[in-house]
Amino acid sequence: MKRITRISALTAGLVLTALPALAEGVKVGVMMTLSGSAAVLGEQGRDGFLLALEEMGGKLGGLESEVIVVDDELKPDVAVNRARELVESHKVDVVVGAMYSNVQMAITGPLTEAGVFVLSPNPGPSALAGAGCNPNFFAVSYQNDQPDEVVGAYVSGKAARTFLIAPNYQAGKDHLTGFKRTYTGEVADELYVPLDQMDYSAELAQIAAAAPDAVYAFMPGGLGVNFVRQYRQAGLETIPFYSTFTVDEVTLPAQKKDAVGFHSGGDWAPDLDTERNRAFVAAFEAKYDRVPASYAAHAYDAAYLLDSAIRAVGGNLADKDALRAALKAADFDSVRGEFSFGANHFPLQDFYVTRVAERADGKFQTQIVEKVLEKPVDAYAAECPMK
Amino acid sequence: MTNLLILQGLNGLQFGVLLFLVAAGLTLIFGVMDVINLAHGAQYMVGAYLAAAFTGLAGNFLLGLVLAVPVALAFGLVLEWLVIRRLYDRSHLDQVLVTFGLMLMLNEGVRILWGSAPISVDLPEALSGSIPVWGTLRYPVYRLAILGAGLGVALGLWWMIHRTRLGMLLRAGASNRAMVSALGTDINRLFLLVFGAGAMLAGFAGAMMVPVISAEPDMGDTVLILTFVVIVIGGIGSIRGAFVAALLVGLVDTLGRSFGPILLRSLMEPDMASQTGRTLAPMLIYILMAAILAVRPAGLFPVQR
Repeated sequence: MKRITRISALTAGLVLTALPALAEGVKVGVMMTLSGSAAVLGEQGRDGFLLALEEMGGKLGGLESEVIVVDDELKPDVAVNRARELVESHKVDVVVGAMYSNVQMAITGPLTEAGVFVLSPNPGPSALAGAGCNPNFFAVSYQNDQPDEVVGAYVSGKAARTFLIAPNYQAGKDHLTGFKRTYTGEVADELYVPLDQMDYSAELAQIAAAAPDAVYAFMPGGLGVNFVRQYRQAGLETIPFYSTFTVDEVTLPAQKKDAVGFHSGGDWAPDLDTERNRAFVAAFEAKYDRVPASYAAHAYDAAYLLDSAIRAVGGNLADKDALRAALKAADFDSVRGEFSFGANHFPLQDFYVTRVAERADGKFQTQIVEKVLEKPVDAYAAECPMK
Repeated sequence: MTNLLILQGLNGLQFGVLLFLVAAGLTLIFGVMDVINLAHGAQYMVGAYLAAAFTGLAGNFLLGLVLAVPVALAFGLVLEWLVIRRLYDRSHLDQVLVTFGLMLMLNEGVRILWGSAPISVDLPEALSGSIPVWGTLRYPVYRLAILGAGLGVALGLWWMIHRTRLGMLLRAGASNRAMVSALGTDINRLFLLVFGAGAMLAGFAGAMMVPVISAEPDMGDTVLILTFVVIVIGGIGSIRGAFVAALLVGLVDTLGRSFGPILLRSLMEPDMASQTGRTLAPMLIYILMAAILAVRPAGLFPVQR
């Protein structure tokens, strides 16, 4: 099924008078996962980007914008076809996407070869950070291993034996590898579960039998919802729970109280104390009536990054080298505070450990416990030939 | 290891009774009505969503469960009247096509109504938490409740099938449909009842699982496949067969998933052991099915025809 929505700034009724031809505007493809159970992530990313665009009156760097939102269906083959459509039929200048690493790996090559810039609002696969780094690819998020390295460093001093669990696919292995890179304690055991499993009774029994000092989980999306609830039901909450992408603003509306006190790690949380972030969270909640997740924050930043770069080149999108340099300069006000790009086009930013808490209004969000790493360079940057 | 075995045994039994609840309806629909219903897993999903929705309205899971079950029954009756009724005289291929389409529509329907984010439900205070079962090992109270409810339903079904007139008609229908009809029983009403009851049992299973796995689109698809394995092993049309086969599949699957990787870990790396163990564990069920069918081609408890 084809899901293509066009949101044109023209239809927003902002500018009804004489307009320059659309060819002089900027065309942006927004590719997110918008179907299946992973759609909640993609919806956050899409909404974050569109919110920023609305705040800027539908313009990016002074140019009229046309945004084409497409659904990658979390299928790399579908995503490649949609990417080709974006290039050939829509002639986009920039693509903001995707949500998952496997899709990112599939679309980045074809898009950048066609001269399109790719801004990732979430995945930062190692293959694009090291030797395979790409001049037209910018991760506005983080390198995939970094949140795990943060939690690994944090747990090291607190638990001697940790039990690891992740789904059995590439990202699952990458995340546990990231954790083990900085974790100095003993790994009690590591389990890999199928991506479509919903009932974790067998795994929870194994955790109970192993009696570790802590559990580290990478169980994204729906997996995390079920895992966290069943963890609590099995009476395991006395074992500290650390994770990445397992308890966040996408899963918390379903996990609610069951996740309170559970830890996560990342580059952002809704309560991150910058003026820019407070404004973003308030605007997002007012418009969409839900707490933004990191996916929305990154996509929101991507829009402002794009705005700053187009403005810097005076709207001349044909000069790719200038546009690339302007993106790399990252001369925009990030919700994450200090933000810059390293040589491999991955961010240099601070990382935090967070904990789930219930807010006064009954909604749940992650809150920063402490800053763990200051502007770390990712583990792969040294292998990137770009300078 | 003993501790783990006990816990995993309980997990296996709990999974087994859950499979039985779904399989009981499917085996009757297939055995008595001769309809292959690929939408049966979707009815499990519908039950889960109904329970989640009613719990949201009523503010209490038990009340939500009580409300969801009759609505799941009504949903089954409406489905039979609208769609399934037209399939009795059609070939199995037509039935597969229509019910497969129905499954897709139901999956997309819940997505339109409730969105694609998983919906969860809080447990009532009395059933949340865990109790010690063996030394320091604890087991969730709610999973024991599922086990109890499943066994209760199994007992009730056994009584109905072996001790009531309706049960007699069902057994007769599974053996010889034409004869039951010729003897003056309103076969259409019997079918309507069977389909509704099947939908209700699947819905009940889904509703009971909401506090554990939360309601998600497509959640019924994996259950459907396992359920077909169960009814084939048990013998199509046999409730007793479905019960024994469901427990067997539940235990083999859970123990295999847990102990397979543990045994393999002494031979290989953890992620490899996990992967191999997990590739082998789901296969165990099919190996079991193949072995049983080799010895008893009509399943463990074949219905006399």
